[in-house]
Amino acid sequence: MRLRDTLSLAFTALLRNKMRSLLTTLGVVIGVAAVIMMQALGLGATARVTGEIASMGSNMLVLMPGGGQRQPFGGSFLSVPLFTARDVDAIRSEVDAVRLAAASNTRAVNLVYGDKSRSVSLYGVTPEWFEIREWGVGRGRLLDESDVQFGAKRCVVGRTVVRELFGDQDPLGAELRVHDLSCEIVGVMAEKGTSTFGMDQDDVAFMPYTTFVRRITGDDHVAMVMISTGADDRIDEAKEQIEALMRQRRHILPGEDDDFNVRDMRELQSLMGTVTGVLTTLLASVAAISLLVGGIGIMNIMLVSVTERTREIGIRMAVGARGGDILQQFLLEAIVLAALGGAIGAGLGLAAAYGLSLALKLPFAIPASGTALAFVFSLVVGVIFGVFPARKAARLRPIEALRFE
Amino acid sequence: MDADQERRTVAERPPATGASGAPGLLELRGVTKTYGEGDAAVHALRGVDLRIDPGEFVAILGTSGCGKSTAMNILGCLDSPSGGEYRIEGVSVGTLPTDVLAALRNRRFGFIFQGFNLLSRTAAIDNIELPLIYAGVPRGERRRRALAALAKVGLAGREGARPNQLSGGQQQRIAIARALVGDPEVILADEPTGNLDSRTGAEIMALLGGLNRDLGLTIVMVTHDREIAEHARRHVTFRDGQILSDTRREGAPR
Repeated sequence: MRLRDTLSLAFTALLRNKMRSLLTTLGVVIGVAAVIMMQALGLGATARVTGEIASMGSNMLVLMPGGGQRQPFGGSFLSVPLFTARDVDAIRSEVDAVRLAAASNTRAVNLVYGDKSRSVSLYGVTPEWFEIREWGVGRGRLLDESDVQFGAKRCVVGRTVVRELFGDQDPLGAELRVHDLSCEIVGVMAEKGTSTFGMDQDDVAFMPYTTFVRRITGDDHVAMVMISTGADDRIDEAKEQIEALMRQRRHILPGEDDDFNVRDMRELQSLMGTVTGVLTTLLASVAAISLLVGGIGIMNIMLVSVTERTREIGIRMAVGARGGDILQQFLLEAIVLAALGGAIGAGLGLAAAYGLSLALKLPFAIPASGTALAFVFSLVVGVIFGVFPARKAARLRPIEALRFE
Repeated sequence: MDADQERRTVAERPPATGASGAPGLLELRGVTKTYGEGDAAVHALRGVDLRIDPGEFVAILGTSGCGKSTAMNILGCLDSPSGGEYRIEGVSVGTLPTDVLAALRNRRFGFIFQGFNLLSRTAAIDNIELPLIYAGVPRGERRRRALAALAKVGLAGREGARPNQLSGGQQQRIAIARALVGDPEVILADEPTGNLDSRTGAEIMALLGGLNRDLGLTIVMVTHDREIAEHARRHVTFRDGQILSDTRREGAPR
């Protein structure tokens, strides 16, 4: 029997029971659609995260306390000494590859204005911070050197804070209660929007580093140092120099592990890429399980179909169909079902991913290899779950099949 | 009975060869068929010797349960004997793989059943083409040969009709066309008129008679109806799984 004839036979049989075929293949449709959607969204999220990190400035370095390279963002912050303002000064003045260095402390605090209050992330920073992060002011002014020098009770707030606490009122010059300190608002940051992980980046407030350590935390530690090199190509150089300097300043003996680490954005980028990659794979795997369930649905219906059509099988065998012809017929039917499901699912999955990308403001990318893989996987599902019913049909004895009522 | 004993029994049996001494077209030698096992075993055939030569028109007669249908199924390679040997042109069928049996059914036999056994939701022409599909005949030739077969059974123009749109007699004609389309040597008909009224039955029998007379097709027909059997030139009567009588009727209509 020719493949073309078998194929047309399969289509005829499936079209004969349109509703049943459609429902049977629904499992595969949903499975493939889910897999492709997850991959497309994962791809978009990765693209957005890496793009976001790149936009932070590719010549940015972050000095953080904590264990060596083997523990990304790891180690206990508590057991490791933080940095000091003198460390920041030393990095700025002694490392020639470094152009800017800024202290950065953060803590969640309550802001109160009038009868409204809001919990936000408060940053205690030095003025370079804004330049390193390439984040400017929307209205008013940023914090400056003299604010830091005198520990001024001034602050700059994000757009969300303004919207939530001030509504239509002008926040500039207003006295805002930060923790238990009264601060004058001197500026409103430019709007930054939501981060990839759903964090509102405008729900923040900034105050001079000096004010922060004196009035909020009560000690003069620096939790994090933001550093900018003059040029991209000096990052590795700066990193080495900062590491050497910090080992010296923190009295780390040769052979001992660092109790701090310096990260550049490329590392962060690849780390975030890995995280989203793992998440995508995980979600796609869960989705793939539904594809498997879809396959079982196909097997179920194919088994019913073989029983229903036992007589037909007998007739075909009587006029000369070999076991292999019958096997081919039913296997191909299962594969066509799965392939149709795969194709419909791929279309739906891509459409859904496109829609969700728009809704989530993610970049949309067609996961070409993922789509191909999901489709091929659906075919494999068709083969695997089609073989058993098809073999059952092929092994029928002609006379028994003919006599079947 | 083990296999060796079986073989000896077959060997000792006088060969059921004809006058010529050459192997017959179809030959059953000491064929037995048992369904089930132990006490529940049903012996459908209890040692049948039967030789059918090319061009014969044989009616297999007997009451229901006498084993005539079982013998027919074995002749058509739809079923296999429990013991004894079935030879086609001297070649023992028992050792052939199932794919070869399928090819035998496809090329050398045409089946006609009491219940027609057409694919009910498939157009007449597609039903007729069925054997050709499995013979690997290309589409165009398939259609041409199927139309010719349809014309041969007097139903030209009904190629698009589906079995449920046709009368019983017409359905049986479609089935005959399907049996003929592959140019087989033997037509095996199991109660071909069983579901038809006597007038339609007579028409079908005339058609079969014509195939035997004009095309030289060998026809083996199972029936319990003496009147229908009159169309055949040889009557083989079964009783309790054995052949009771085997008579050639030279005077029968040719």
